[in-house]
Amino acid sequence: MLEVKGLFKSFGGVAAISDVNIDFPTGSLTAIIGPNGAGKSTFFNLISGGLIPDKGSVTFNGESLIGRSRAQIIDAGIGRAFQVARIFPTLTVEESLLGAVTAHRRRAQNITHRFPLPEMRDRTHEVAEMLGLVEKLGVTSANLSHGDQKLLDIALALVLDPKVLLLDEPTAGMGPDERWRMIERVHELWEREKLTLIFIEHDMDIVFKIAPKISVLCYGRLLAEGTPDEIRTNPAVIEAYLGTSHAEAAV
Amino acid sequence: MLSTRPNLARDISIAAVALIVLLLLPYVWPSRMMNDLVIRVSAFALFATSLNLLVGYTGMVSFGHGMFFGFGAYAFGLSMQRLGVSIPTAILITIVSSALLGLVVGAISIRLKDIYFSFITLAFQMLLYSTVIAWVPLTGGDQGLMGGIPRPPFLGIDLSIESHRYAFAVTIMVVGLLILRQIVESPFGYTLRMIRDNTERATFLGINVFRAKLTAFVIAGVFGSLGGMVMALFVSGAYPEFVNWTMSGEGIFMIMLGGLSTFIGPAAGALILSLLNDVITRGTEHHGLFLGAVILLFALGLRKGVTDFIADWFRTRREASTRSGN
Repeated sequence: MLEVKGLFKSFGGVAAISDVNIDFPTGSLTAIIGPNGAGKSTFFNLISGGLIPDKGSVTFNGESLIGRSRAQIIDAGIGRAFQVARIFPTLTVEESLLGAVTAHRRRAQNITHRFPLPEMRDRTHEVAEMLGLVEKLGVTSANLSHGDQKLLDIALALVLDPKVLLLDEPTAGMGPDERWRMIERVHELWEREKLTLIFIEHDMDIVFKIAPKISVLCYGRLLAEGTPDEIRTNPAVIEAYLGTSHAEAAV
Repeated sequence: MLSTRPNLARDISIAAVALIVLLLLPYVWPSRMMNDLVIRVSAFALFATSLNLLVGYTGMVSFGHGMFFGFGAYAFGLSMQRLGVSIPTAILITIVSSALLGLVVGAISIRLKDIYFSFITLAFQMLLYSTVIAWVPLTGGDQGLMGGIPRPPFLGIDLSIESHRYAFAVTIMVVGLLILRQIVESPFGYTLRMIRDNTERATFLGINVFRAKLTAFVIAGVFGSLGGMVMALFVSGAYPEFVNWTMSGEGIFMIMLGGLSTFIGPAAGALILSLLNDVITRGTEHHGLFLGAVILLFALGLRKGVTDFIADWFRTRREASTRSGN
């Protein structure tokens, strides 16, 4: 279980995350929603070692993640993908994934063998298959479509065998059809890999459809938590974020 | 695709053929000038290729790589002159001491990014240059290491004989490039490419960027110093020009001329720049003007190095033929 308790982070006196407490039970699927600037990406950074919190604790299966290096946090089993796909533009999809596995298995400094080490291939191909990137293995990452770049970004996190996967807006910048395809893949991934999956999403239709549990952040605070129905009808959430249309839809 | 990735056996065969050709060259075409050119290019090829490990593969633009070239020349020359050791021992001293220099300079410089990294490497080089100029009793100051470097025979090799010197230089160059080639095609070489492409993402994959960059910096320093050592053997001395910032500039020119996206590009650039230097110096006193014009022509005309240009041309042709094949 991933537990976040009393988390605080401020930038230049402005609180980006303040007193946030959320539990993510093992194997759960949680959506994090909230208006722009609510602190969602900051929250992810605090969990994955991108930022160090001012106060509070993040523990995974009882062990604290605070103050650990990014490598240690990855080893603990926390993986993440990014809002804007962060890839290796000049490497092919296969080279990128193989490189990630190599790094993960502590062989990044190896100079006596040829790249790739044969034992790295299995996991790479498994993940490529899972995300539908097999056809694209030989393609230089910079030449991939936007959607495939996002998939590669997720794949890069996935080859590290995470137990918890953080996805920052997996559908950002996609058209409606592409969004649904992407989210179906993510959902499939969650079921198959038995991951604890946490994703940030702006599209409420998607969130209400696939997330059993939703956490709403607003101005750095946890405004509400609950099932889609609870969130849809929560007056504070409606006022701060949803407006009336989703509430009406629920009725 | 990975299936066509160059394997070690193939690289060794290519290196062996190149070495045999270079060793036979003096017999096919006996010429003092040719020998001199090949030895100088051997020194510069090691220097430029090692610099490209940083510039091309890791995205670290060092403006101070000449410090290793000069350091290698002085370390080797001084070991031979002052310590009276054998040549293999002097080579070992050169390798170990330049690795230490790389470790210290790298550990400080790598903390800075982009242009600041470039500047601090340049600053370290200027520091070394000033030291060489000022420490007259040890280095001979602006006169350089005079009096010749002793070249006692070892293992049947006598470097005071020109043909031995030639064979020694090309062997060190070919073996050195083969090792560098192995390094850039190893898992570590791909770690460097990942750092170059997206440093931030590399850290989120658990790559220790500092350690990888420092390793690359030390390796590059060692092979750069071996280039300086070959040069010191050739001129039987070491001179402040070797350690001056213009040396680093020439390394960058070689990479630009030859191309940074192919492994052999910088070595090709070393050959091109040396040829240009020879031809232009013979034809005119306004040597810098013409050299500058040629480099401008490359930069503005091709917008890449020669080997980049050739590699792109082949790639375009291959892609065109696959398309028409479909």
